[in-house]
Amino acid sequence: MFGKLTWDAIPFDQPIPLAAGALVIVVIVGVVAFVTIKGWVPYLWREWITSVDHKHIGIMYVTLAAVMLLRGFIDAIMMRSQQAIAFRSQGYLPPEHYNQIFSAHGTIMIFFVAMPFVIGLMNFVVPLQLGVRDVAFPTLNSVSFWLTATGALLINLSLVVGEFSRTGWLPFPPLSELTYSPGVGVDYYLWGVQISGVGTVMTGVNFVTTILKIHAPGMTYMRMPVFCWTAFASMLVIVAAFPVLTATLAMLTLDRYLGFHFFTNEAGGNVMMFMNLIWIWGHPEVYILVLPAFGVFSEVVSTFSRKPLFGYRSMVWATMAICVISYMVWLHHFFTMGAGPNVNAVFGIASMIIAVPTGVKIFNWMFTMYGGRVVYATPMLWSLGFMVTFVIGGLTGVLVAVVPADFMLHNSLFQVAHFHNVIIGGVLFGMFAGYTFWFPKAFGFRLHEGWGKAAFWCWFIGFYLAFMPLYVVGLMGMTRRMQHYDVPEWRPWLLVAAVGAAVILAGILCQVAQLVVSIRHREELRDLTGDPWMGRALEWSTSSPPPAFNFAVLPYVEGRDDYWRRARLAERGAGPAVEPVYKAIEMPRNSATGFVCAFFATFGGFGMIWHIWWLVGVSLLGAFVTFVVFAWRDRTEYEIPADEVARIDRANRRARGEAFTPAGVLS
Amino acid sequence: MTAFQAGADFGDGRREETQGPRPEAIMDHAGPTAKRIIVGYGFWIFLLSDIVMFSAFFATYAVLVNETAGGPSGKDLFDLHNVAIETACLLLSSFTCGLAAIGSRAHNGLLYYGGMAATFLFGLGFLSIEMHEFAGMVGQGAGPTRSAFLSAFFTLVGCHGLHVTLGLLWLLTMVAQVFAKGYRADILRRVLCFALFWHTLDIIWVAIFTVVYLLGAGA
Repeated sequence: MFGKLTWDAIPFDQPIPLAAGALVIVVIVGVVAFVTIKGWVPYLWREWITSVDHKHIGIMYVTLAAVMLLRGFIDAIMMRSQQAIAFRSQGYLPPEHYNQIFSAHGTIMIFFVAMPFVIGLMNFVVPLQLGVRDVAFPTLNSVSFWLTATGALLINLSLVVGEFSRTGWLPFPPLSELTYSPGVGVDYYLWGVQISGVGTVMTGVNFVTTILKIHAPGMTYMRMPVFCWTAFASMLVIVAAFPVLTATLAMLTLDRYLGFHFFTNEAGGNVMMFMNLIWIWGHPEVYILVLPAFGVFSEVVSTFSRKPLFGYRSMVWATMAICVISYMVWLHHFFTMGAGPNVNAVFGIASMIIAVPTGVKIFNWMFTMYGGRVVYATPMLWSLGFMVTFVIGGLTGVLVAVVPADFMLHNSLFQVAHFHNVIIGGVLFGMFAGYTFWFPKAFGFRLHEGWGKAAFWCWFIGFYLAFMPLYVVGLMGMTRRMQHYDVPEWRPWLLVAAVGAAVILAGILCQVAQLVVSIRHREELRDLTGDPWMGRALEWSTSSPPPAFNFAVLPYVEGRDDYWRRARLAERGAGPAVEPVYKAIEMPRNSATGFVCAFFATFGGFGMIWHIWWLVGVSLLGAFVTFVVFAWRDRTEYEIPADEVARIDRANRRARGEAFTPAGVLS
Repeated sequence: MTAFQAGADFGDGRREETQGPRPEAIMDHAGPTAKRIIVGYGFWIFLLSDIVMFSAFFATYAVLVNETAGGPSGKDLFDLHNVAIETACLLLSSFTCGLAAIGSRAHNGLLYYGGMAATFLFGLGFLSIEMHEFAGMVGQGAGPTRSAFLSAFFTLVGCHGLHVTLGLLWLLTMVAQVFAKGYRADILRRVLCFALFWHTLDIIWVAIFTVVYLLGAGA
């Protein structure tokens, strides 16, 4: 009846996961009870769960990422404290538990923090910057989000029911094969990542179509803000890389479930084929994450330098160059495979070449700041912190692209330090910059500057304390993923790294405090103009938060940074505003399709993990019925009457007129 | 009325500028892209991603084709006679699918339903031959667990077969939709997507036919 699922799956004998799981369950039950008692369920259902509005979906993505960041960070702090303690001792985490922790940390941070954060920002910002009212396929967008949430749920379920994978963030065979990982851990990984990956491919399809086909009038490609370009490049890479992940995980699944021989040691299976396939997805994945962060920095740096972005065209070309070259470097993840000097040299040189367009970008940002009136607001601090940190990460990247050096450094903590250097210093700082930058657009009030700056400095200093020592111990020969060690020379560095993790924790606490303080003081931080930063792109031309239809009348774009030009013209008194002719607007209706799909995906995935085949059958049937019911509906859109559009837009114009001061809080 | 209002609203701010065409004129002519174009375009992007997934299976097959682990190779197993019939079924079904698409656009019931019925039958014929082939191979001890080569073979060809199965399910849904709701614009867009999907399966089959069967039986 319940497949492999028995009471043994609950880890009654292990206090740490049990207590953590109990706490999570209490919190979830508490939140659900609170929401129900307050009577918010209909509101949540109507405005969020079934919403197909790209802005709401974007906010839900970022919320998911923030919650998962806390989860992933708890894993991180456990690893750092374990390594600080476990010198000539076992520490407090037994090996099988420690292995689950580093696997969960990587999986969660990449798939359920970085990805949803990046996709959430794109969801919120890209349609606004393009000057349109929604993405190409709004309901599909909702399905994508809920499938990602399903993946996150399944991964976290493994904390309480069963176990998680012990193979690292990528399930390398033969360790991940049934012979060596007979438990459900790898299965949780496979189904969690597979389901959310399907959602990601759908997002890619949706945004490539949106960016190429749906624009405000006059918004030609070379007038798009750089964030749209980087989002486009990132989504192109998703469309071309994620299907490879789907195929690779499917093959491993077939090995584990049906006894196939893709990656086994027996019957001709080929382990190194898995390495090739997974990194053909895995290396482009890095650029899927970092390209949108580059886009955020481009917006932030030009806004807070009060200058147009230096070298717009070179920025676009550099973005597209990275997009293509990112496919040609995957083998540098396993130079030690033994492919021979010529193959290694090709991939080593390609890996160095990709630093060139990235360098172009860094210079462009610096030249944008040069001669500008730089305003050191929080988003700008994150950007400056990024430039310094990312250059160091890039340099160590070029270092390990040197094949002989890589032979020494492969699998050492030097690698761990390198990719945290680029992912924290590049992706995460970028996401935090974007979060602070666009928060007022999403909620109508700014985030508290003081707490934001404190958070930045804690993260910045904490990052260097936590990861620079790892470069050193890596060079001293310490391999990654060690549960305990007995080399006294490593110890002081690992203690410093643990202190760094604690400083980062302080940064996270500052961010929580920033959010709480900002909500409590939202009236003082209110953004009435819709343009709190003297922004440049179209998202700042509408109110904060924007109405459901984004723009009462679609903007007409005449050049790059068009909104900035018009706003400055207006400041000089270019003439009175003439009210446009308002027309009724058609908007897509809400749909529960995404939520219902996720419901069946969750149970279907759970059934696959625990071999509960009837549940899988029922879920597949349910998914097909959902698909048919969705296809059968007759009304797909609703109309916002012209009067309503006029009322909302007039209120916005009045508020802007009364409250506008050119530089907002910064002046 | 403050100065800012003038520039903040694109609905009117542009009236100050003397250069360039009047905005209404532009918006009327260069209106938003037609929904049919957007849907078809998006579905093409999806199909490309699907082809990328197949390419991973093709690459895997190419790597593992000689890893027979002492078991049978393609030369021992493939029956080109059957494969020729399969190919004929699929190519004919693409033709009838095209007729059905034309019928849907012309609101011609005979062409649409007739075309879809023929497509379904050819598709079903293809699938039953493939199932027969698979069952025969498993019966003679050449199932997917026998060797890495057979794992790759069953996955690549089976993935295509799974697509055909889902396509048949989609086909029935589209027939029911047109029957229940008529040739509505949104349903015609779905018929367009279905037709694109079906033709793509043909393209992938041509690659399988060549890479797996022709090269395999000849080697």
